[in-house]
Amino acid sequence: MNFLIMLRKELMEQWRTKRILVVAAVLVIFGLASPLLAKVTPDMLKLIPNAPAALAGLFPTPTVADAVSQYIKNMGQFGVLLALLMSMGSVAQEKERGTAAMLLTHPVSRLTFLLAKFVALAFTFAVSLAVAALGCWYYTLLLFKALPWGPFLALNGLMLLVFLVYVAVTLLCSTLVRTQGAAAGLSFAAMVIIAGVGSLPPIDDYFPGRLFSWGGMLVLGGGDPAWAAFWISLGIIVLALAIAWLCFEREEI
Amino acid sequence: MIQIESLHKHYGVVHALDGLDMTVKPGVVFGFLGPNGAGKTTTLRILAGLARPTSGRVVVAGVNLASDGRTLSHRIGYLSEEPVFYPWLTPREYLDMLGRLHGIDTTRRAVRVKELLELVNLAEAGKRRIGGFSHGMRQRLGLAAALVHTPEVLLLDEPVSALDPSGRKEVLELIEHLSGQCTILMSSHILADVERVCNVVGIISRGRMIVQSPREELMDRYAQPVFEAEGEDAGVVKRWAEMVRRQSWATAISLDGDRLRVTVSDVKRARRELLVSAVAQGVTLRRYEELRPSLEDVFLQLVDKETIQ
Repeated sequence: MNFLIMLRKELMEQWRTKRILVVAAVLVIFGLASPLLAKVTPDMLKLIPNAPAALAGLFPTPTVADAVSQYIKNMGQFGVLLALLMSMGSVAQEKERGTAAMLLTHPVSRLTFLLAKFVALAFTFAVSLAVAALGCWYYTLLLFKALPWGPFLALNGLMLLVFLVYVAVTLLCSTLVRTQGAAAGLSFAAMVIIAGVGSLPPIDDYFPGRLFSWGGMLVLGGGDPAWAAFWISLGIIVLALAIAWLCFEREEI
Repeated sequence: MIQIESLHKHYGVVHALDGLDMTVKPGVVFGFLGPNGAGKTTTLRILAGLARPTSGRVVVAGVNLASDGRTLSHRIGYLSEEPVFYPWLTPREYLDMLGRLHGIDTTRRAVRVKELLELVNLAEAGKRRIGGFSHGMRQRLGLAAALVHTPEVLLLDEPVSALDPSGRKEVLELIEHLSGQCTILMSSHILADVERVCNVVGIISRGRMIVQSPREELMDRYAQPVFEAEGEDAGVVKRWAEMVRRQSWATAISLDGDRLRVTVSDVKRARRELLVSAVAQGVTLRRYEELRPSLEDVFLQLVDKETIQ
């Protein structure tokens, strides 16, 4: 019951501080822009004055695959960045300002406090990504052809899972420190480690980043599933939240 | 209502609380006094569940903090020194959310929120965002937030220290109004405020309770009367001071130019002999006054003694 009250508070905060709108706006802009950029980039390059004739040959006629890979690239960069920015202050800032202490002297468990934040952030990203995906699907339909609904939904589900990995890890970083600045630094370091180490073969198959390429393959066909990365991503989320809870439970606010 | 036995709290090598013993009986307004760093805030934070004791036993409203601390939040209200809120909420929404957390049903919650906003004089600002509130308004809202579930014990950490005189007056009046409705433990270093609203006083120094007693008893036991006089000629007053110093009833003398301050152990003898000695020394008095000893005098006397020991 108190979880729902805290969740309502978190969602209200995201709405009134316009954070949900910022996430939605950024993701929707890049969702719409992805097929558009894929379509017009070769034409724009051809329009460069005195461009060598060979340049035009380097850019074949854009296809739906270009739209999908552009979408994955944009969402992968900006979605992860937003996950960090949205989550890094969520606990640290409340500790720093003292609002956490004000609330935790009332019947709110620390687990409820953390879970409400995670679920509210998950909701924000899910809604924003859904709108962005809808925009991308519509523009792709207009500029190329219709994307298959099921696989495209799966791609977005996998992308959401990656975002939530970063949300959970950032939430953990935010719980471990007392200031927003320290949380930002720690979160950025965690992102570099996850993204950097996770791009090195052969371990890249087990890191969250692999889910982007799996999603792309689901839409465009071909490739192997990355169940290991899927389960590991889920595991990272659960582990990060569990550690955050244990640390927060022991912490003096 | 509050029973603290041998409470210790260590931060590394620093002993914030060093065997604190304290008893607060139901219904009293307990003034918790002490110099900065004495352990007042640490004690209140432990009672509110925000900090953990290193060792010791704490029972609040029949709840043992060590074994059943989680249930305590329903029975206590806590106000920190500078309460902070979510700036995007209105006071009405904030109090309503706290009411929900305490499981108060919709009808009772609406009544309670209205009642509290009126009590703390925020009824007109009830729909304004807290972000634009003044310090005093936030302090009063903090008090309302601590009272939303009608707690048995109210913990107030320096509730008026950061306020201007009018804000202080308002909050102190509220505390006076609450007296008798619940047990109040109020920490402060503003002794006049404690003297005004508290009926029991505890003085803490270096993490230990030096003395705990009903305010009047404390004053009777420790307060030594003080006489203050101002003469026309500083040199003559100095001579008079030397003479007074030799009297057995004069426990402390301070001379500041032409102003003499004498703390006495036997007020009747002092009343008889002090003026006579002034006449004998040829002092022309501009002012002569027997001062009512204040809690501040007692506090300084006890804390100084503790520091010397």
